[in-house]
Amino acid sequence: MVKSELIMRLAEMNPHLYQRDIERIVSTIFEEISTALARGDRVELRGFGAFSVKQRAARVARNPRTGEAVRVTEKHVPFFKTGKELRQSLNEGPSGSPQNEAAAKA
Amino acid sequence: MAGNTVTRAQLSEAVYQEVGLSRNESADLVESVLREIGESLVKGETVKISSFGSFYVREKGRRIGRNPKTGEEVPILPRRVLVFRPSHVLKDRINAETSQDRE
Repeated sequence: MVKSELIMRLAEMNPHLYQRDIERIVSTIFEEISTALARGDRVELRGFGAFSVKQRAARVARNPRTGEAVRVTEKHVPFFKTGKELRQSLNEGPSGSPQNEAAAKA
Repeated sequence: MAGNTVTRAQLSEAVYQEVGLSRNESADLVESVLREIGESLVKGETVKISSFGSFYVREKGRRIGRNPKTGEEVPILPRRVLVFRPSHVLKDRINAETSQDRE
């Protein structure tokens, strides 16, 4: 599913709304999450998951082609941790089985 | 870095400010977006949001794990995990803005 398909599905569920409003809603949500992460904030959506920013230390890497050492500066990378409910439903779905989650926890 | 936590409440507020629906309906729509993404993933579909990132499901095989406390071997059954792959746009934004903060 891509963003435009998500918008279409939401439009079908909400026939009283204009499609352009649904587009703005979807864009606003992802824009808010991105802005929060860019500020260094965490975004916690219970049941779905949490977005956070992890710091990667500066390191000396190697250019794989030339073997030359290159300095890589400190970086920040976005990270997503799946929420408990979503993780459980993934394993109760058609190809997963419910006892897997119980075994993973044990 | 600010270190605050953004939740559904702030996302709903942003939708409310941006679109002019009621607060309740804004909250319902935020919920619908998350639910649609979740349902799509449970079906095994990949969800791609341009300039944000993509979510996909990875099938993990059976392997032998170990209880770190007792050292006992335990089988880890095959399971499905969700992976988020951030887009370049998002990665670049996070690096541009967070590093400016510290300067």
